[in-house]
Amino acid sequence: MLTKRVIPCLDVRDKKVTKGVKFQDNVVLGDAVELAAQYYEQGCDELVFYDITASAERRPIDIEMVQEVAQTVHIPFAVGGGIATLDDMSRVLLAGAEKVSLNSLAVRNPDIIAEGARAFGSQCVVLGMDPVKTDDPAFPSGYEITIRGFRERTGMDALEWARRAEELGAGEIVVNSVDADGTRQGFELELTGLIARNVGVPVVASGGAGNSRHLAEVFTQAGADAAILAGMIHTGEFTIPDIKRDLVRAGIPIRQTW
Amino acid sequence: MIAVIDYKAGNLTSVKWAFAALGVDAVVTHDPHTILGAERVVFPGVGAAGAAMQSLKDLGLHTVIRDAAGSGKPFLGICVGTQVLFDASEEDGGVECLGLMPGSVKRFTPSDPSTKVPQMGWNQVNVARPHPLLDGIQDHSEFYFVHSYYPDVSDASHCVAQTDYADVTFSSVVGRDNLVATQFHVEKSGRVGLRVLENFTRWNGSSC
Repeated sequence: MLTKRVIPCLDVRDKKVTKGVKFQDNVVLGDAVELAAQYYEQGCDELVFYDITASAERRPIDIEMVQEVAQTVHIPFAVGGGIATLDDMSRVLLAGAEKVSLNSLAVRNPDIIAEGARAFGSQCVVLGMDPVKTDDPAFPSGYEITIRGFRERTGMDALEWARRAEELGAGEIVVNSVDADGTRQGFELELTGLIARNVGVPVVASGGAGNSRHLAEVFTQAGADAAILAGMIHTGEFTIPDIKRDLVRAGIPIRQTW
Repeated sequence: MIAVIDYKAGNLTSVKWAFAALGVDAVVTHDPHTILGAERVVFPGVGAAGAAMQSLKDLGLHTVIRDAAGSGKPFLGICVGTQVLFDASEEDGGVECLGLMPGSVKRFTPSDPSTKVPQMGWNQVNVARPHPLLDGIQDHSEFYFVHSYYPDVSDASHCVAQTDYADVTFSSVVGRDNLVATQFHVEKSGRVGLRVLENFTRWNGSSC
């Protein structure tokens, strides 16, 4: 049986992993390559790195770090932040990443999704989205897409954007709830479930993981294929083996041998 | 020396680093002499079978691969490299492949709409018969898969291990004489994947 994936997320700035709440107040947690190696040894199923300042500073992401990670961990990992062109995508993939994650720049230029899928295959192209809850009836799903780390609203409906991204060739969609991000109060189940039920590609839940029960809920109730964690493991409060043991106990298919 | 065949069908960086982690000398190449002179050959691949076959023909490598596979040296296919070893694939409206492994490659057509295609993630590999490639690998270990099409062997004795997805049980490892091939990405499957690659570097290519 295909197992549910547990994916540590490393927000990176100058090769250091940081963690903030609602995209603000970032604190340094450690060296990115060292933390990646540690999570790999602990049995994480995949990793994701966001170069959190690359996009805002309009500079390419840190290729040297991607190469170091690829030499150290022998599992798939995705890289996002500041990826604007096919050249950027190519550099990241050739450095050893399995996937590139497009976010703000795909909102501005959706064709990059199609171009990336044509050039490298859909399995390499992840769409990351940061939806925020809204009461505005202009958004049928009840969620609006934000970009630039919640700094800018786009006027785009979250579900419409997810469907469009799938049509364009995105091979996976990461749904990062702005409302839940950094709260550690649980994933946004309604939002995740809405997207997961309505697209044919795998959906990764992100934002709000605080304990193992939160992961179990997003797998069983929202139908997520994978879940991203950050603060709950970065602080050392939980380890990946702890979380996986809890998930196995909850009857969720999880990779147990590594 | 191990030759990793580069035919512009995907990214070979992870294959290179996986062998480096094992301390094994692997050369990424599309040079026929290097491939035919190598002690072992790895034939990876990502993307669509049609594009892969076209690249092989454009580079004149389809005959080199047949020769390398026919020479008796240990030969490992990975993912799309595995798929194009078969007679044909349903992908891209039907593609004639290398014909080194009897059978064909078919698309997942799940009856349950919530089953996603491609299969993306870690799934169990269940051993069907012993093979040196799987030495020391615990039965039902998980490996990393990314694929929309699966190998369907026409001779059951070529099935080395099986995996269940989207209502089918397919051959996730196939073997015939000195050829062995995995549908999963052995280079991205963590420690168990590295162990499989290490087993390959020790295998003499004889069928068990």
